[in-house]
Amino acid sequence: MKVKALSRPVSSQQAPGSGVTYQPRNLDPALHPFTRGREYVRALQSTKLERLFAAPFLGQLGKGHVDGVYCMAKDPRSLDHLASGSGDGVVKVWNLTSRDETWNTKAHENIVKDMAWTKEKKLLTCASDKTIKLWDPYNTPSQTAPALTYYGQTAFTGVSVHRSLPNFAASSGIISVFDLSRTSTIPLQTLNWPTSTDTITTVAFNQTETSILASCATNRDIVLYDLRTSSPLSKTTLSLASNAISWNPMEAFNFCVANEDHNLYMFDMRKMNRALNVFKDHVAAAMDVEFSPTGEELVSASYDRTIRIWSRASGHSRDIYHTKRMQRCFSAKWTPDAKYLLSGSDDGNIRLWRANASSREGVKTARERQKLEYDNTLKARYGHMPEIKRISRHRHVPKSVKKAGEIKGEELASIKRKRENERRHSKRGQVARRSEREKMVLQNEQ
Amino acid sequence: MESEVEILVDKPKKLPQEPSALAKAALADRPPINPDAAALKARQAEAQNKYGRGRKIRPQSVKDKKLRSNLKALETKYQDATLKAKDAEILLEHEPGFLEPEHELERTYKIRQDDIQKDLSVETARKIFELKLDERLGPYSCDYTHNGRGLLLSSRKGHVAAIPDWRAGTLGCDLQLNETIRDAKWLHNDQYFAVAQKKYTYIYDRAGVELHCLRQHIEVKALEFLRYHFLLASVGNAGYLKYTDTSTGQMVIEMPTLKQGRPTSLTQNPWNAILHLGHQNGCVTLWSPNSTTPLVKMLAHRGPVRALGVDREGRYMVSTGQDMKMAVWDIRMFKPVHEYFLRQPGQSVAISDTGLTAVGWGTQMSVWKGLFDKAKAVQEKVRSPYMAWGGDGQRVERVRWCPFEDVLGIAHDKGFSSIIVPGAGEPNFDALEANPYETTKQRQESEVKGLLNKLQPEMISLNPDYVGKLDLVSAEERKKEKDLDRKPEDPVLKIKNRGRGKNSSLRKYLRKKGKRNVIDETRMRVEDLRKETNRKTRAVTKKEPELGPALERFKRKAG
Repeated sequence: MKVKALSRPVSSQQAPGSGVTYQPRNLDPALHPFTRGREYVRALQSTKLERLFAAPFLGQLGKGHVDGVYCMAKDPRSLDHLASGSGDGVVKVWNLTSRDETWNTKAHENIVKDMAWTKEKKLLTCASDKTIKLWDPYNTPSQTAPALTYYGQTAFTGVSVHRSLPNFAASSGIISVFDLSRTSTIPLQTLNWPTSTDTITTVAFNQTETSILASCATNRDIVLYDLRTSSPLSKTTLSLASNAISWNPMEAFNFCVANEDHNLYMFDMRKMNRALNVFKDHVAAAMDVEFSPTGEELVSASYDRTIRIWSRASGHSRDIYHTKRMQRCFSAKWTPDAKYLLSGSDDGNIRLWRANASSREGVKTARERQKLEYDNTLKARYGHMPEIKRISRHRHVPKSVKKAGEIKGEELASIKRKRENERRHSKRGQVARRSEREKMVLQNEQ
Repeated sequence: MESEVEILVDKPKKLPQEPSALAKAALADRPPINPDAAALKARQAEAQNKYGRGRKIRPQSVKDKKLRSNLKALETKYQDATLKAKDAEILLEHEPGFLEPEHELERTYKIRQDDIQKDLSVETARKIFELKLDERLGPYSCDYTHNGRGLLLSSRKGHVAAIPDWRAGTLGCDLQLNETIRDAKWLHNDQYFAVAQKKYTYIYDRAGVELHCLRQHIEVKALEFLRYHFLLASVGNAGYLKYTDTSTGQMVIEMPTLKQGRPTSLTQNPWNAILHLGHQNGCVTLWSPNSTTPLVKMLAHRGPVRALGVDREGRYMVSTGQDMKMAVWDIRMFKPVHEYFLRQPGQSVAISDTGLTAVGWGTQMSVWKGLFDKAKAVQEKVRSPYMAWGGDGQRVERVRWCPFEDVLGIAHDKGFSSIIVPGAGEPNFDALEANPYETTKQRQESEVKGLLNKLQPEMISLNPDYVGKLDLVSAEERKKEKDLDRKPEDPVLKIKNRGRGKNSSLRKYLRKKGKRNVIDETRMRVEDLRKETNRKTRAVTKKEPELGPALERFKRKAG
């Protein structure tokens, strides 16, 4: 008879004199019952932990401004420089690592409308006092006179810098393109839609397709221009005016606008008759929007005193940030490493937030990292389960926002009901339904 | 003795045939099979079979572009994972044991423990031992912890011995409770055990300190502990199946089962945590804490069900009854597989990790191999047992396999015997699931992990993989409701398509809604329908052939 029985000496499990125990694995599913159930429980645990550790607010920069912060600009060639402009015409430059003010000046007489960093690490600011000024915060002390001043006919509302050429565009009633390499302050060229006369509120250069420009105007238009032909490409009229434009840094044709109707709209510039995506959640006008450097996420600032973070592909926000003292938000920016957010609001503070509320920076052990990755996979796999969904989506929002949201919901429902009634009582096919993504586009001209 | 007759059947020999010219041409047309690719495919199939998580999704059938690419990526990831798991098999270091006859006259069931002992290593041979305990304390029963390290002995007359590490022979506690003990079970590790005593059930720690008295579990006959749910289940003669959460101490549910018959045995399906309850009337019922009625009822025996055993993957159940039968059931399809005859009613059944079935009957114990095989489509009937033990006058009370060992514990009226059954144990354990060699720290760690990952009682169902599945029916319903242009349901059409007879849907509709004094289009159509049906039925009654006055009296009376 041939006999063999299992023999596992205890000594084989732990070498004598060693504290290290041997932990063999066997992946046979028969040894692991309730895999799905246990994975689900783990996913639930980690979702709860994620919410437990969510602490998005990090702090504010220095002591902020005296007046509200209405515009911010980060230096694309530096990770830690941020400029901010306030309502009293003061411009400050901040160091993000120390969160201290490094430079300031009383730049303008009036509200600083927009600012941008040039390739030479100089700062352009424009204001409603009809000037654009060029500053050198890196090399000059605070309170020095501007290096250059451009005078216009009307108040300037926006500036944007060309990616490669030493050009910048400034918007007022028209868009004027200036050359930084020349000493003269006369614009190189001017662009505008032939029939439009209203104020252009913001202008943005595409940083990938570098000669494309987009602008929003108070007459609800979004106009695209091409520098090479020095002519406008198309004009799209939305149902309400847009406040800000941000080009997707990864998908050159796509851009997003922050609209007065509380929504953000992402468009493909080649197909302007419908939005690629509509981002709905704000309960007051969206004042600013910016794509993250990865092009996957967006941040928006709103008049409802909150900022929201969105995933590019979904229609509702991933997260909402607010504090008790934060007033109307006028600008929001990603830091260039996509890990933090900055928000400027009416109360004069610039706040620093984590892009992921529950993430923590700092060195992690391999086990910790592995655990986080594993948990993230589980959360993705079981994210559709009602309990997990409920916990991960739940946010405490200020009472005013919640109430406004409820009212807004009711209003929208009643509008919808009215439309449906109209449709029901009119001839079949007479009143067509328009998709949410097309509804706000009133007109599209090439 | 049974005479074994081998029947030789002459198989028609197949002549090697020359392939026809057409087939040759077809073979030549086919692209040559790359042996590497074929091997890889075979390997993938094998890996998918063992480690796969259900059926694959076919991305081609998905219309949404983004979803399709996501699914494709996921599928490749899963396939990769299964292949990697398959590759990791080379890291498994132990082979299962075996007992093989060297010539055809040898029978494995004739081998005795003394013969086996000679061929074993010293360390393994030490696992064969006999504990001679006081006979007056009545039959003993035994239980191993899930990692096979702890052993719990309890006698009918009140003797309890907890041995946290039976290989080392350390005795945790030795109690004389001076009360009847009907069952004793380890809880989630070797720190605590529950004892079903005369009136109440008690929980002790390894040192024998009474920690809790479960006053709700009265006169318990059998205990079962669901390890991943931290549920202690008990059933007594009164027929109440009670679940207590041992992590919180709360009673989860108690269910009357007496309607199905007096309970005689209890076991758990380790794969889905369903409890199998054997009854006096030969029924086996399946219970989950989520339903007060049994999920399944099976008539397994013509007499009380004495013992039950379920294999670790929850595919087969073996039961023994007073009718001296041992029945094997497929508990996925709920079909009997085979029935075996025992000389005496089987007192206890246990199924090992590799599928060996130990049955204690009378003073004997026999181990069966191949009663079921998950790899086979049709199960064979086994002719003779794999191993046998006993016949020395000790009445077997309980048999239990020691997990991850080739060891079978037999508790009988004279004490406890530990024997070696080669090939019974799972050779390769997973240290993160159940570690027979765990240190104190690891035990504590796994206890905390176990509590964190505790499954809720609501998650117990016949299919343990239903968790996380999409609720497609409600989704469909919601989608339908969302569609603003959907056609309104036609109530008349619904009535038309449903049966006839006394309680036809038309009659029901008329009963419920026909009395409303509103005559609209629907009402008119229903009236028409009613008239038409009436006409039809009248026509049918009229059609009956007239038999004529002579034969009419033989006609069966209606009604």
